[in-house]
Amino acid sequence: MIVESPRDPAAAVFDQVCPAGEPWMHVVHRGQVLRILDLEGNQAVDTLFYNLHDPEERYSAVDTIQRARNLYLTAGTVLHSTLGRPMLTIVADTCGRHDTLGGACSQESNTVRYALDKRFMHACRDNFMSAICHHPEHGLAKRDITHNINFFMNVPVTPQGGLTFADGISDAGKYVELRAEMDVVCLVSNCPQLNNPCNGWNPTPVRMLVWDD
Amino acid sequence: MTTHSPPGEVLWEETVPGGCHWSGVLRRGVALRITDVEGGANCAMLLFNFEDKSERYNMPDTLKAQHTALLKRGHVLMTDMGRAMASIVADTHGWHDSFCGVMHDDQLQARFRTRRYQEHRNAMHRSGREGLLKELARWGLGPRDLHANVNWFSKVAADPEGNLSLDTAAWKPGASVDLRLDMHALVVLSAAMHPLDPRPAYSPGAVKLTAWRCGLAASGDFCRNFRPENQRAFINTERYFAA
Repeated sequence: MIVESPRDPAAAVFDQVCPAGEPWMHVVHRGQVLRILDLEGNQAVDTLFYNLHDPEERYSAVDTIQRARNLYLTAGTVLHSTLGRPMLTIVADTCGRHDTLGGACSQESNTVRYALDKRFMHACRDNFMSAICHHPEHGLAKRDITHNINFFMNVPVTPQGGLTFADGISDAGKYVELRAEMDVVCLVSNCPQLNNPCNGWNPTPVRMLVWDD
Repeated sequence: MTTHSPPGEVLWEETVPGGCHWSGVLRRGVALRITDVEGGANCAMLLFNFEDKSERYNMPDTLKAQHTALLKRGHVLMTDMGRAMASIVADTHGWHDSFCGVMHDDQLQARFRTRRYQEHRNAMHRSGREGLLKELARWGLGPRDLHANVNWFSKVAADPEGNLSLDTAAWKPGASVDLRLDMHALVVLSAAMHPLDPRPAYSPGAVKLTAWRCGLAASGDFCRNFRPENQRAFINTERYFAA
């Protein structure tokens, strides 16, 4: 569902570009709105959320899918935690559909999906590992890296149960906005994948903005 | 495929009553048959590498490698380390859910009356989440390890808009799925109701577990050769176990 935002970038309290292929970790407080802006189009943004005060509670793809009774994320979708509580709500979306089944790429999954010698290409999991090493204050480890959201990624599931990484439906300037329903840590990998069309074969930067709504 | 007798000597057999939960270690080369005894069961399952429990069955890596949202014969359950952990070597059901998770206690109580042990003894209601947490805790694991589980015997399909429904017509008494363990695995399961189960009454079904020694995947194995991705996942597993 396409819902445009009334928010003015000039009024944002935070405004930063995350370069292609890099991690980004930031606290978003309850009531604040986070915008992820696809600057050049078709850029997958692999995203995880944790309760700032109890990171054992985190975004749950399966609880979000189950409670929405729907596979895709868009405006109106409530992102649920592992405790079944609302963490964030998607309040604006000019892309229309985001994935939460495809997970994040890793060196290991690249060996399976493409070829054994793809192991040494940069991957989202390395961004996640780097971010948790450099932010020990959140107490996160490998087992806390769970099933993420892929903003701007198009992973259609057919009625027969097939699943593919399809060409993106995003474009330069499309964005998604999330209102935090609790204080959250947002962990992003701006996806460096070059072996499938999830980034339009060309990973590009994204812009992160936060408003005190 | 039709149900058949286990091709090897049965190591053990156990029936998990509807709503109840189980965990145990299954060694590489052992097969586990899960049978929906009456038709209408759901078996929520998580799998961990018993030697390093931070390695576990990974839903997204399994699905995208095999271009599927459902699980059936030929598919391999893959870990976050790119290894084949278990293979679906036989399956008389044909469509198992991978993405709906489990029901929480509060959801169970909202749908059905609360039935506590104090009044109902072992007929008390049990949710899938609580069952998995109790089993995880036995092995030093906890909520951080409760990630996306497989739901055996639950056929959940999506319409073109992504709306989901559970197909109750897919349940068959005696349906079974045979898993071959390709790594030493801690297997944790719950036979509680699926979160999208539309039946108005609390009605979890029993599952029977049957284990036998089946040996490792041969070079011509159906699951290994189901897709080139599966072949590479087996290479990663075999490198891990290389002496």
